[in-house]
Amino acid sequence: MTTLRLKTWPAVPLEAEAITPDRFVGKTSAEIEALPVHHGNQEAALGDFFAVSGDGTPDIAIEGDLARVKLIGAGMTQGQITVHGDAGMHLGAAMSGGRIGVHGNAGDWAGAEMRGGQIYIRGNAGHGLGGAYRGSPQGMNRGLIVVAGSAGNEVGSAMRRGVIVVGGNTGDFTGAFMIAGSILVFGNLGERAGAGMKRGSIITYQTPKLLPTFRYACTYRPVFLRLLLRELRSLGQEIAEEWFERRYRRYCGDLTAFGKGEILAWEGP
Amino acid sequence: MLRIINGEVYDPLNGVNGEVRDVCAADGKIVSEAPDGKVIDAQGMVVMPGGIEFHAHVAGGKVNAGRKMRPEDHREMAIPRTPLTRSGVGHTVPSTFATGYHFAQLGYTTVMEAAGPPLGARHVHEELNDIPILDKGFFVLMGNNYFVLKFIAEGDFARLKDYVAWLLEATGGYAIKIVNPAGVDTWKWGRNVNSLDDPADTFPVTPRQIVVNLARVQQELGLPHTIHVHCNNLGVPGNAQITLQTMQAVGDLPIHVTHAQFNGYGGTGWGDFHSGAPELAAYVNEHKNVTVDMGQVVFGPVTTMTADGPWQYRLYQLSGHKWVNCDVEMETSAGIVPYRFSKRNAVNAVQWAVGLELALLIEDPWRVFLTTDHPNGGPFHAYPDIIKLLLDRDHRAEVLEGVHRGAQKRSSLKDLHREYSLFEIAIITRAGPARALGLRQKGHLGPGADADIAIYSKAADPKEMFARPRYVIKAGEIVAQDGRIVQDKPGRTFYVAPGYDRQIESAIRDDFEKYYTVSFENYPVQFDHYLPHRVAVSCVRE
Repeated sequence: MTTLRLKTWPAVPLEAEAITPDRFVGKTSAEIEALPVHHGNQEAALGDFFAVSGDGTPDIAIEGDLARVKLIGAGMTQGQITVHGDAGMHLGAAMSGGRIGVHGNAGDWAGAEMRGGQIYIRGNAGHGLGGAYRGSPQGMNRGLIVVAGSAGNEVGSAMRRGVIVVGGNTGDFTGAFMIAGSILVFGNLGERAGAGMKRGSIITYQTPKLLPTFRYACTYRPVFLRLLLRELRSLGQEIAEEWFERRYRRYCGDLTAFGKGEILAWEGP
Repeated sequence: MLRIINGEVYDPLNGVNGEVRDVCAADGKIVSEAPDGKVIDAQGMVVMPGGIEFHAHVAGGKVNAGRKMRPEDHREMAIPRTPLTRSGVGHTVPSTFATGYHFAQLGYTTVMEAAGPPLGARHVHEELNDIPILDKGFFVLMGNNYFVLKFIAEGDFARLKDYVAWLLEATGGYAIKIVNPAGVDTWKWGRNVNSLDDPADTFPVTPRQIVVNLARVQQELGLPHTIHVHCNNLGVPGNAQITLQTMQAVGDLPIHVTHAQFNGYGGTGWGDFHSGAPELAAYVNEHKNVTVDMGQVVFGPVTTMTADGPWQYRLYQLSGHKWVNCDVEMETSAGIVPYRFSKRNAVNAVQWAVGLELALLIEDPWRVFLTTDHPNGGPFHAYPDIIKLLLDRDHRAEVLEGVHRGAQKRSSLKDLHREYSLFEIAIITRAGPARALGLRQKGHLGPGADADIAIYSKAADPKEMFARPRYVIKAGEIVAQDGRIVQDKPGRTFYVAPGYDRQIESAIRDDFEKYYTVSFENYPVQFDHYLPHRVAVSCVRE
């Protein structure tokens, strides 16, 4: 276990893509402290802000308020990061493997364009969760993101594959321009969910406000959803028994796009 | 003063083929002797004139629109500011500063912007002025211009000639560019033309008439560069026929067919799509009045941008990607569609093969130039890869094995065993473009030429060699060394002023005031402001 403890609160956001298991493996704590970070437009060392202890194992624990520390675990391919506090923007962006756990909140663009691995956030997440960066053709493509709290706008935008679970509410444009994949929202969906979606599933447990370009298809019990919910339960997610039993209303859309997507709305108890 | 000694010199315009000799420069020019000053020992190195980019989209409204619509392209390549150089971004559509630095780092010292709308001339010049180090010029879009069509329709050749001369001077442009003649005009009403004899909408003028008349104008004005033609039906299966007909239409008049790869296809649809390069090359081999450039495809992301609005709409429908299409009142249109050329796509693989076929089948290297139609076929920084494909047939065969088999079955590439020599590479990247552009002080190392020189280490891998010149010299001063910019200075802008009868101004004023949204007086660019470092290239009337 390698432990980082924030000792200096960065005056401006710190870009710390150095904090990944891939960069830590096989390094001594002194070598890890020497890894480069960007503090605003200044080059700095990780050791200027963090006290590092432990050897370079691919298991990292970070302590302190990291709301201003960006790019934690960005691009990681292996190992584990646990953040005991808040995490800044771009947490686990473009990661392709490993696991990140955040005990507090995460900033915008958590898991943006990720290609695999898992992210668990106990608090809330910001905008662009698992989404596509501006201009990119694809957002998240494989992997799992679970947020216990709520998330901001554009959750899973242009998502291609994978699963996003939000325990609370989501902001506007949830699953906008989705290409495929699944987004489960246990709270309220914001406005214009699924706008421009081609394929994929958005599953909601409240009555959704639908765009006029979504059309009612049928009411049924989706088999895949039972498997998905069971899998999530086995990962420790709280899943109500009645979500297995009751039916879902299926709305297909977005008819301005390819129209093979769906919003599944639970019928209620 | 500067003296480069012991280098292996390739200077095709002066017939120097790899001889070891000294090259000297003083006051920005090549001189026969420079007794003192800095000495560069080029032992084991290759010395060539600075590269000349013959056709690239680097400045102006559509390039900027391409930058704006592709933030994802900026993330892929960012160059930080240094004490000497400015910062920049962009992989397929780099920002202006990055464009200048990247070209210079590849040994290029001159670049021609391939298509500027007259109405956007100010924007073109502003961006050209922001491209550091390089000398520049721009081709003026005329093939669908209201007045060009009008004077052709009226059969008033004298006025057409005066108008073209006036327009070149009003815009500070360098040559006549024709894009999808008559097609762009009909696109303003949502249609396109399919043959050389389909008329435009505004006036009943056919592509054939436009190309032939402008080719005559070019000759009679004595413009240094020929007409520069982007043929009709670009990108469409079977378009090699219309390209051939266009070349035939002008008869003996000089013509440059640009990015010929995009206009060199056979077949009747995507199903039987195949290369049309052998037919085009056969015609070019027989007709010395024709030059072409490759428009080579490079696998990977590109940003297609052209004044050919209808084609770009079609490409958007094919690709489903985001797109921009715009109308330039009275003059032209533009479209931009991001695209990705894939090795695994049969059509893309054939397109890739067509560019190489053209370079290998056209026997006279003086009439085929290395371009990617940047950023349409690929970004210009892929030139070293393409040079390697031309120099090394084993490497070419290896790459061909790795792309879709369509490239083998639907083109003649696998049967082409020709290898370019370094002398021929120097022709297609420097001497040939200089001659075709009529830039007499460029592209060679004879006394009096601009001292633009690229010095490469001889490496086993030609890609490595051409990707990172040891020294790049612009106007007698070292600007890049081992891939690092060591001097940042502005380049110059070439323009032509063929002269015209002042009557033309009153002949166009009425329609101008009626239909343009800018006033006649505000239309011409102010040379002192927009072309601060300008060089007039003389026109020779026959």
